[in-house]
Amino acid sequence: MKFIEARKLVHEYIRRDEEGNVESIQTALDQVDLEIEEGEFVAVLGHNGSGKSTFAKHLNVLLSPTEGSLWVDGKDVNDADKLWEIRKTAGMVFQNPDNQIVASVVEEDVGFGPENIGVPTREIWERVDQSLRDVGMTEYRSHSPNKLSGGQKQRVAIAGVMAMEPRCIILDEPTAMLDPHGRREVLEAARRLNQEKGVTLIWITHYMEEVVHADRVYVMDSGSVVLKGTPREIFSQVDTLKKYRLDVPQMTLLAHELRQAGVGIPAGILTRQELVEALCRSGLEERGGGGYAGVGRE
Amino acid sequence: MSIILDKVNFTYSPGNAYEKHAIRDISLKINDGQFIGIIGHTGSGKSTLIQHLNGLVRAQSGAIYYNGEDIYDRDYDMKKLRQKVGLVFQYPEHQLFETTIFKDVCFGPQNQGLEPKEAELRAFSALRTVGLPEKLWYQSPFELSGGQKRRVAIAGVLAMEPEVMILDEPTAGLDPRGRDEILEQLARMHRELKITIILVSHSMEDVANYVERLIVMNQGQVMLDGTPRQVFAYYRELEAVGLSAPQVTYLMHELRQKGLAVDADATTLEEAKASILRALKERR
Amino acid sequence: MLREITLGQYYPSDSVIHRLDPRVKLFGTLLYVISLFTFRNVVGFAIATVFLAAMIAISRVPFGFMVKGLRMIVIVLLITALFNLFLTPGKLVVEFWIFHITEEGIASAVKMAVRLIYLILGTSLMTLTTTPNQLTDGMEKALGFLRFLKVPVHEIAMMMSIALRFIPILVEETDKIMKAQIARGADFETGNIFKKAKAMVPLLVPLFISAFRRANDLALAMEARCYHGGEGRTKMKPLRYQKRDAAAYGVVIVYFALLIVVRIWL
Repeated sequence: MKFIEARKLVHEYIRRDEEGNVESIQTALDQVDLEIEEGEFVAVLGHNGSGKSTFAKHLNVLLSPTEGSLWVDGKDVNDADKLWEIRKTAGMVFQNPDNQIVASVVEEDVGFGPENIGVPTREIWERVDQSLRDVGMTEYRSHSPNKLSGGQKQRVAIAGVMAMEPRCIILDEPTAMLDPHGRREVLEAARRLNQEKGVTLIWITHYMEEVVHADRVYVMDSGSVVLKGTPREIFSQVDTLKKYRLDVPQMTLLAHELRQAGVGIPAGILTRQELVEALCRSGLEERGGGGYAGVGRE
Repeated sequence: MSIILDKVNFTYSPGNAYEKHAIRDISLKINDGQFIGIIGHTGSGKSTLIQHLNGLVRAQSGAIYYNGEDIYDRDYDMKKLRQKVGLVFQYPEHQLFETTIFKDVCFGPQNQGLEPKEAELRAFSALRTVGLPEKLWYQSPFELSGGQKRRVAIAGVLAMEPEVMILDEPTAGLDPRGRDEILEQLARMHRELKITIILVSHSMEDVANYVERLIVMNQGQVMLDGTPRQVFAYYRELEAVGLSAPQVTYLMHELRQKGLAVDADATTLEEAKASILRALKERR
Repeated sequence: MLREITLGQYYPSDSVIHRLDPRVKLFGTLLYVISLFTFRNVVGFAIATVFLAAMIAISRVPFGFMVKGLRMIVIVLLITALFNLFLTPGKLVVEFWIFHITEEGIASAVKMAVRLIYLILGTSLMTLTTTPNQLTDGMEKALGFLRFLKVPVHEIAMMMSIALRFIPILVEETDKIMKAQIARGADFETGNIFKKAKAMVPLLVPLFISAFRRANDLALAMEARCYHGGEGRTKMKPLRYQKRDAAAYGVVIVYFALLIVVRIWL
């Protein structure tokens, strides 16, 4: 079994009126199948309302499946006894930086999780020190969160999760409320944890440029996984992505349009460097030669 | 018709530990009917600057003239100014409060002292302009999606029939489609209603495609002011203060260095595409 | 303006006072507040002044910063002082129209004003040197015995510390909402009380909605971080008395005893 495995996962939001009769049913997740290996950096892409956040909340058992199953590190989320173990294994960072910081001092907030799971005092301090170092926030440890920038607050939130020593961190649109600088800051901090500590990263976003470095990308639309593959495989399908209301990074889009105009460059260009090199090698009307084939579609 | 700022200064909590120069010595002229982008970091003073334009924040020194009149004049009607210079804040959640969308949009015109009938007409046409489907008008504004809420917030200000419309980060938190729709909407409003639009953003790519003039703020001062082309030519200087020009600008410069004769001033995707195709043709 | 309330804020520093056990500070503040109402003469007043000044100096909180918190209180202070000034019978000093100012009146007005100022300074010194979390920890521990009476001490303490964390955020949000509505022509200043009350609706509705949303988000985030009440919880900063706490208890008790002595014998 994979580290995280979803099989035909369904979630319905059911609205009831005062008498408890069903008023409306909204299917947020529709037969989602998904696998994630330990240590991977997986991105889940989708526009607002595509079901990606609903999926994220299942990984931490903040929501339970209506149907289907989901295992996190071999533990079934439908098993009520495993609830706290799963939450320890899979930590979660949310969108709004303010609404997830509990304490009024940075280090006390980072210690909040370990306190909840009954870690002895001395070890809490070690974990807090380590986690703050991991996200580069040690110098702010005695500050009030209110005085920090958005990116710094999110790094504190990540440290708060890291202090619980999870094997996997789910970041549910952690950059949606940040400016470009803050977005970079948070993405870099998270990637470092993935590379240096081997923490599995599940990055949920609608910003395409954030997923360029992911190992694998899942694209969701109306509650289902509609595309999966490496970033390159995904980015080479510009028209499909547009259909799912996603924003293709400017360089990929430009490369795509140049290709359509007959310039001989490969599909699935991700970065500016790639495009510069491709253009310098290429010419007009000498199509093909793309080494980036292989597209996983569902 | 114009807004003129003459050496405007503003400091938060002057004279104590939290003292912070928000903007210093800003002099600007904003002409009628322009589509302007203001860019800068969080904390660069851009939000403080726009709050001066409708008198929400009062400068500690310097003067501001709206259509030639000093807005700090004792007889100046500040309420009138706020109606002429509409300001839409970043979070629509901060202004939506009524039970229905339609009533909420009526709030502004009613505050202007218009007759209920007239206010409703204004709301009607504002909601039309922002393109919110009519079937939603009598619903609660709290059940809308992020993009729709933003539209209602814009309509709420538009209904006051401002001559200048300032929008603080109107695309923050929206998904790509929502963002494009709002920006298109603003461009159309600018074209059809002939009003001045000032767009505050931190996304270079967003503004480069739409605005005709770009003001870059850094540490409370105007760092650059010109057309997007002129401004992005200083991409190294922008980089030095932690802002970046659109990816296209970098691409074009790098291509030139590699010997491809492209137009280094291209700022939008279309310009870049055309220029690269031309250069490739010449090379052959 | 709302931003300038220092009451209930924490001022980070590394002084001895900051490091004291919150229970000591709670107890000390309590005794100090009682002590303010014990002295009647200049000697007692001098002792209290020295004590307060010493504490402020040791705490390394800038005096100017503390004083800012007083501004709000000035109005209350003036009213109290005026009452004392005009309503105390005694030896006449000045008389006009229906007002009589007496020597006793002046004395009691000054005393009252001093007491109130000292009260505010003393209590704000406690909040300025104690993080809200320490404060609630202190209360939780000091009031722990109430648990046997089925009082949810931990939950109350947690609620208090969360409230303290979110007050500055909501104050800032209020400011933003006000601006957004003023930009739409809302008027919060003119009109009679009914008109003013009605004008608050566009401010309060968004504020409440936002507060509920934040509460909801925070509850989820706390649950995701395995919060499940006080049971089985450990502490990052458990309260353990140090030598300096014993010393501090000593200082506070000596101070209090001194004032009692002064009151009885002088």
